[in-house]
Amino acid sequence: MSEAGEAGPEARWRAHLAEGRFMIQRDPATGEAVFPPRAVAPGTGGALDWVEASGRGEVHAATVMRRRPEQGGDVGLCLVELAEGPKMMTRVVGTPPEAVRIGMPVRAKIEEVEGELAVTFEAEGDGA
Amino acid sequence: MSLKGKAAVVGVGEWGCGEAPGWSPLEILAKSAEAALDDAGLTLADVDGLFTASSYHFMPSSSVAEHLGIHPRYSDGSNIGGSSFVAHVVNAAMALEAGLCDVALICYGSNQRTAGGRLVSMSEAQPFERPFRPRHPIAAYALAASRHMHEYGTTKEQLAEVAVAARGWANLNPAAFARGPLSVEDVTGARPICDPLGKLDCCLVTDGGAAVVMTRADRAKDLAKTPAYLLGGGIELSHRSIAQMEDLTVSGAKASGERAYAMAGMGPKDMDVLALYDAFTINTILFLEDLGFCPKGEGGRFVEGGRIAPGGELAVNTNGGGLSCVHPGMYGLYLVVEAVRQLRGERGEGQVAGAETALVHGNGGTLSSQVTVVLGAEGTL
Repeated sequence: MSEAGEAGPEARWRAHLAEGRFMIQRDPATGEAVFPPRAVAPGTGGALDWVEASGRGEVHAATVMRRRPEQGGDVGLCLVELAEGPKMMTRVVGTPPEAVRIGMPVRAKIEEVEGELAVTFEAEGDGA
Repeated sequence: MSLKGKAAVVGVGEWGCGEAPGWSPLEILAKSAEAALDDAGLTLADVDGLFTASSYHFMPSSSVAEHLGIHPRYSDGSNIGGSSFVAHVVNAAMALEAGLCDVALICYGSNQRTAGGRLVSMSEAQPFERPFRPRHPIAAYALAASRHMHEYGTTKEQLAEVAVAARGWANLNPAAFARGPLSVEDVTGARPICDPLGKLDCCLVTDGGAAVVMTRADRAKDLAKTPAYLLGGGIELSHRSIAQMEDLTVSGAKASGERAYAMAGMGPKDMDVLALYDAFTINTILFLEDLGFCPKGEGGRFVEGGRIAPGGELAVNTNGGGLSCVHPGMYGLYLVVEAVRQLRGERGEGQVAGAETALVHGNGGTLSSQVTVVLGAEGTL
């Protein structure tokens, strides 16, 4: 049985997003979560499973990219650490970029960003 | 087998630093190479090993060899970002020691400033970052700085101290591009680019080329200038995207530094002068910590009060660094050039008296690759 007939991990990740599912990988040997998607378990090799991400996370690092209004104005950029462990680059939506704080609990959503489906995050509960 | 003491830098050169309007990257590189070979008392005809990296050329070794009119029997065009050239020093020592070449030329050129002020880059967008349009490289360093501030209470004023110290050294270097008074308030009050980093937390955008010539140690003694011997070298690659950096406050410099110190049989206390890749103010703080000059998290407090400025207790980036001297897209080779000049005692007003050892630390990508080299004068062998 060959996996080669199936789509590769990045394509599968994107196909999951198109179905409205935020999936990450898991190393069955260690139980460790893996993102971004890989063809082999990072650092050790071996196959990876797909699991649904909890969608919970915490802002790990944050910046505001300053832009002139005619360029679209200031926009936030951050790293979110998923509850499962991996970090991802993303944007917190629904909160002004200056108000995004490190340590803020956030929850994932799937939306189109700059023409492609992506995982963004919203402040959880009261947020900031 | 260790590479310690097996090879030396015998020639250094720069050309077109600041602005070189109307000159292409290859032309700037060629003039720099000629300057370095002149410095060594060698010519292009002697070069049989070529080491280069580029944002402009898909096959940089081939493009450079053709332009210089040489047929190298060994080449290394690997690109790990701005640290590439520091890695080339290690790789050149290895190739020299193995007899794969006898005269190694490491070279770089860029017209980043006059060709439009933007870094020309073949770099592909990272697939899991792409929709968020990160303004790299600064956005990545801003994220790292935000985390350092969060974990250790590092302040914008402390970041600014790094830029002020670099300017202090630049003011002692007539060749530096940015000179003149600079205060902490000037830096913290500058236009914000990616919080917490403002315009003056960022390196310059200049033109310029640099080149370094290396030979085996036995030959080095017979050439024109005092050799600077390679005492230790270490490399660490950790990630490509900043999101995949294991700990945003600990760079690969910790591992690369330990390897370089181990080879040299030395430690931070033995270093007389430091050349750290300061693309952004946070870099210097991270590298001072990771290379063992202060505990993790103390870098901000360490640089306060002019400790790394002229007259301070630790001489760091004595040419003015990427922040105030020169930064033509990739800065790594200038670190080596400055360290060698210090070891030769050629640095005029910026000379660190009696400098016998120099720590060179190159950074590439978004804190992605780290390369540490220890150079020493003859007495350190």
